[in-house]
Amino acid sequence: MRIGVVTFPGSLDDRDAARAVRECGGEAVALWHGDADLKGVDAVILPGGFSYGDYLRCGAIARFAPVMDALVPAAKGGLPVLGICNGFQVLTESHLLPGALIRNDHRKFNCVDQRLVVENASTAWTSDFEAGQEITIVLKNGEGGYVADERTLDELEGEGRVVFRYVTDAEGRNPNGSYRDIAGITNERGNVVGLMPHPEHAVEAGYGPSLDGRGFFTSIITQTLESAANA
Amino acid sequence: MSDTQTVQQAPAAPVLDTVEHAAGTPDVEQPWAELGLKPDEYANIREIIGRRPTIAELAMYSVMWSEHCSYKSSKIHFKLWGENTTDEMREKLLVGIGENAGVVDIGDGWAVTFKVESHNHPSYIEPYQGAATGVGGIIRDIMSMGARPIAVMDPLRFGNLHHPDTQRVLPGVVAGVGGYGNCIGLPNIGGEVVFDDCYQGNPLVNALCVGAMRVEDIHLAKASGVGNKVILFGAKTGGDGIGGVSVLASETFDEGGPTKRPAVQVGDPFAEKVLIECCLDLYKAGVVDGIQDLGGAGLSCATSELASNGDGGMQVELELVPLRDASLQPQEILMSESQERMMAVVEPKHLDEFMAITDKWDVEATVIGEVTDGEHLVITWHGETIVDVPPRSVAHEGPTYDRPLARPAYLDELNASGAASLGRPETGDDIRAQLLTLLGSPNLCDKSWITDQYDRYVLGNTALAQPDDSGVVRVDEETGRGVAVSTDCNGRFAKLDPYAGAQLALAEAYRNVATAGAAPLAVTDCLNFGSPEDPGVMWQFREAIRGIAEGCKFLGIPVTGGNVSFYNQTGDVAIHPTPVIGVLGVMDDVSKRSGSGFRSEDAHVYLLGTTRDELDGSEWAHVVHKHLGGHPPKVDLAAEQALGRVLVEAARAGIVEAAHDLSEGGLAIALAEACMRHGVGVTIDGLDRVGVDDEGNALDAFTALFSESSARALVAVPAGHAAELEALLGDVPHARIGVTGGRDLEVTGVFTASIAELKAAHEFTLPAVFGA
Repeated sequence: MRIGVVTFPGSLDDRDAARAVRECGGEAVALWHGDADLKGVDAVILPGGFSYGDYLRCGAIARFAPVMDALVPAAKGGLPVLGICNGFQVLTESHLLPGALIRNDHRKFNCVDQRLVVENASTAWTSDFEAGQEITIVLKNGEGGYVADERTLDELEGEGRVVFRYVTDAEGRNPNGSYRDIAGITNERGNVVGLMPHPEHAVEAGYGPSLDGRGFFTSIITQTLESAANA
Repeated sequence: MSDTQTVQQAPAAPVLDTVEHAAGTPDVEQPWAELGLKPDEYANIREIIGRRPTIAELAMYSVMWSEHCSYKSSKIHFKLWGENTTDEMREKLLVGIGENAGVVDIGDGWAVTFKVESHNHPSYIEPYQGAATGVGGIIRDIMSMGARPIAVMDPLRFGNLHHPDTQRVLPGVVAGVGGYGNCIGLPNIGGEVVFDDCYQGNPLVNALCVGAMRVEDIHLAKASGVGNKVILFGAKTGGDGIGGVSVLASETFDEGGPTKRPAVQVGDPFAEKVLIECCLDLYKAGVVDGIQDLGGAGLSCATSELASNGDGGMQVELELVPLRDASLQPQEILMSESQERMMAVVEPKHLDEFMAITDKWDVEATVIGEVTDGEHLVITWHGETIVDVPPRSVAHEGPTYDRPLARPAYLDELNASGAASLGRPETGDDIRAQLLTLLGSPNLCDKSWITDQYDRYVLGNTALAQPDDSGVVRVDEETGRGVAVSTDCNGRFAKLDPYAGAQLALAEAYRNVATAGAAPLAVTDCLNFGSPEDPGVMWQFREAIRGIAEGCKFLGIPVTGGNVSFYNQTGDVAIHPTPVIGVLGVMDDVSKRSGSGFRSEDAHVYLLGTTRDELDGSEWAHVVHKHLGGHPPKVDLAAEQALGRVLVEAARAGIVEAAHDLSEGGLAIALAEACMRHGVGVTIDGLDRVGVDDEGNALDAFTALFSESSARALVAVPAGHAAELEALLGDVPHARIGVTGGRDLEVTGVFTASIAELKAAHEFTLPAVFGA
């Protein structure tokens, strides 16, 4: 089970994502932004960080990296891809997922242990969860407000493509102003998932708020092993 | 218009002030005073080089002989470090004071480097960029030792929370610390946020960075090996950060040249992130012979320090420096403090590999010179020599002042006015009300409005961060070996007695590290003071250094480096002396660290240490009575050591449920914080066992709860481990004072407050001022 982790200039959580893969029993394969080569991996993670400094717009420059020339068609062909935080932003900029991420409504970077509800437990990255399950993982970003037009939002909800929602506070607010409290979504096929919170920071006892992040990595590892066995 | 006419109409080019030109024009008026040099310093420069300096040489000397770079007022007192460092302490040091940062051995072949620095003045002028580049600068110091930076911390001090200017400075500083640290990908694991009127015009923005490496990977800043190449890499050089030189620029080149330069540098954390990864690849490839970051004084500092630390000279062709602004004059290039630049010394045989690695990371790298034999730093500009000086005279042989010092006259009166005369709460309800007031006061309130703007998780090794007592990060992912760091200082105590205040800061940082379960190993300090030209300030400074040096000797932990920041004063009014102390400790396995909050019911709660009636300079006196006077709490470093030993052993034994240091606000605040952390309450039925007064009677409830005696900590252990803890305690004074459980902080017979009430008081303050 080989999972590629892409490093763009300015990627920050790439080593963390690779560690999470290893902790959960997979093999992490380093992929380089400048090489249009996926090295035959079974799945790909676009990690968090500030690719190219996020200076133009988060993920807007990373989208044009050579590695994306290989990744976009592969994802459209069914390769499982997980975009975490900046990786989610890269996925929306690449149009592998709809909508966009904008500045948090309170205009500040925000790092908190965040409760989420798993809405869809049938994607490539969430099959080890149960629908309705509540998990706590780290949320940390300055531009995590998920936005899309009403039709897209209705479509996402209608097709069960909202994968995670923020648990709101006592006043009913989510942590960044995301429309309909959306924290993560998937594509029609369910192989591409993007979310703002960071599962890779919740996989080891003693480091992070919980072990709830493990489910992301065990899901993909189990599924890939099963499909290999059935092949 | 013909070409000839164009040439005729162009203004005459200014004459390049070469060494030859300088030698032939000894009587030219030079702007040494505007550059901050004193008459005797200027005369000294002329004597060293045997002629008047060129304008470029003058620029270099002026920045390198500044207080910031030369430590001219403070270094005479640094011999106290050496005099108080024993062989046993030296053994822990792999690299000591004087390098970019000190390095200590933490075992298993791992070395850790850490250092705290100030960026106070820039952060007051331009809070975001001042704070951001403060973080960037200390990270480069750590990188230049060969280490991977692994965490940052920021001790911050502001004026009155409700002053309008605090609302300008604080949000900018916090956004700058977060903006840089988050984007570069380093966890921010702690620090301090303190408010006091004395910092109103002089906020303190200190930045600490920790880095780790294998022992064999330590790199040093030196240029040796004749013929080795000098490479400048990273960002291009621009006009930012040319502070004092703006005078020079406008006086000398007012025709068509750059004039007003921003005095504060502008940071680019993305460039620095790439630079970190690039440097680590360069180290791994073994292609770096010497390395130095470019910070204060820019190229002037990097060239002269590298050459001075090496065994030869250096020759640099300054026109090869890549520029963001082509109109920069040579002396401006030498003084520019543009960020995200490094300088390496590389053997010619490694040059191609070096360049291949910088290319991989899209980092611009340029050979600008080479190491020469002889003892001269020679800098040319399009073939003409504009600098020819002995590098040591620039970097290490600047002026030294033995400034007058005198115990301030106001101290007698201040020390005579203690807290004994202040009205104390008499009923349980009054105590309860004052606890809630203190919990919501600026210095004790919840700081998550600030700290939630910092990423504490990136890199995946954070085992503990704010609001716990120390930041704890893993260094070795196989074994869990790691470090704990805490920074502390109570400026009020230092104002009352700078010697004791500095030792109390050291003691608190030491205790915080031990509270987390780490064995204290080494010290860094950031000495923030007023003007050294004030004998009273100089006396405070001397007393503080003496306190730290002698305290470190007693505790057996060396000072590895640090920073001095003078001139933190407005008019005649200086800040409280603020010697911020950072202590670093080591743990075999950081997963065994102790957190500060109660986690489960029925744990036994112990108070370790001796509680006396010590409320002079306390947070209670400050908040409730706006009073400062008397003498700080007794310093007892032997007690700190004994307490530290117990805390470390208990953590190693794995019996600690929670451990929390007692400091500002005393036992009452420590208990409230321990309850609020995870929402688990406590019943304190043994308040009468906390301590006794001079007559041997139990301390009254108020004193027991709010006294700030040092060398104390709260420890909770599961009931089944109580005997084990007691066996470890030895002669450390202790009392079992309560049991965890419920949703209240209940002090039997005194008051009860629900955790919800405590949190409401605690969490309201900063959002009320700065918005949700």
